[in-house]
Amino acid sequence: MMIWHKPFAVAAGLMAVLFSAMVVADAGDKILESDCVECHDLKGAGPSSLAGLWALKGPNLSYAGNKYKQVWLEQWLVAPTRIRPAGMFYGNHIKPGVEQDVVDEDSLVKHQALSADEAKVVAIALMQRKAKSELIQPGAYKPGTISISMGEMIFDKFRGCLGCHQIEPGYGGISGPEVYSVGDRLQEDYIISFIQNPQAWSPLTFMPRRPLKDKDLQKLVHYFRALSKEGSQ
Amino acid sequence: MSRRELKVAVMLLGLLVSPLVSSAESGADLYKTYCWQCHGMLANGMGMNIPDMSVQPRDHTDAREMSARSDKELFEAIKDGGQAINKSVLMPPWGGVLSDDEIQSLVRYLRELCKCG
Repeated sequence: MMIWHKPFAVAAGLMAVLFSAMVVADAGDKILESDCVECHDLKGAGPSSLAGLWALKGPNLSYAGNKYKQVWLEQWLVAPTRIRPAGMFYGNHIKPGVEQDVVDEDSLVKHQALSADEAKVVAIALMQRKAKSELIQPGAYKPGTISISMGEMIFDKFRGCLGCHQIEPGYGGISGPEVYSVGDRLQEDYIISFIQNPQAWSPLTFMPRRPLKDKDLQKLVHYFRALSKEGSQ
Repeated sequence: MSRRELKVAVMLLGLLVSPLVSSAESGADLYKTYCWQCHGMLANGMGMNIPDMSVQPRDHTDAREMSARSDKELFEAIKDGGQAINKSVLMPPWGGVLSDDEIQSLVRYLRELCKCG
């Protein structure tokens, strides 16, 4: 008799695991639909006009599962930090200053923090949102290394990316998201795809589309990973 | 053509043209979206990103400097970036983001800003 019970037990166990995963994702989806939808697009493809771009309050999460790393999501949601120093559309959060335009800090809204339990289920639910998968080429990134100094040379001197992105807190441009946590934050294949065609992911975004060779793309991702590693030491 | 038919024809023409009109973004709005970050909301080259830049972005209100550039040169600088005209790599190529018509709108708007068109 025992020999017949075993497959049933295994099947029941698998079903229980599957069911609990569905319950967890469902709990995360409920939070997303109630607390996050006001600022984040959960389903749409992105803005179709500049007015729509200016009205964005947070990143599009319909493709979060192709973009973010789950571990980072879970940690960040508990203790959110500012990734875009001048908010989602910088034009809404700047004012003329003495030497140059400056961020109007009072206009920025802090991201809500979640409990550890909430963060866990929301991160799981976000990882299931995989719009625009056709833009990802799995394995596009080939792991490798680069020295921080060589990476910075490419990022700054050769490509001018430092103009809009910070490579350490307080150093670099502020209209784009900081890149010192990109290695922890974003999936490598997504970074490659996004740099190749930012507007395909984020229509009308003010990130330029520079033609880069695959070799340079790979080096940039090596650099982001090195920066994150350096930051966590 | 009767008056009624003319009315219908005008309405149909309006329906055909309106999506084109509403989707065309103005030079000022394109400038706000893509250029403010470096050239500044006052177009004076004092954008939010400049503190750590090795080269100051062009002051688009400087009539003398801007008069020295032809519309063709401005178009090329926007479309192909600073390096294409032996200027800074910090000025990116926008040809992959903006259409030629949008770049033309920006050039016209630059002429308004410098009052040197």
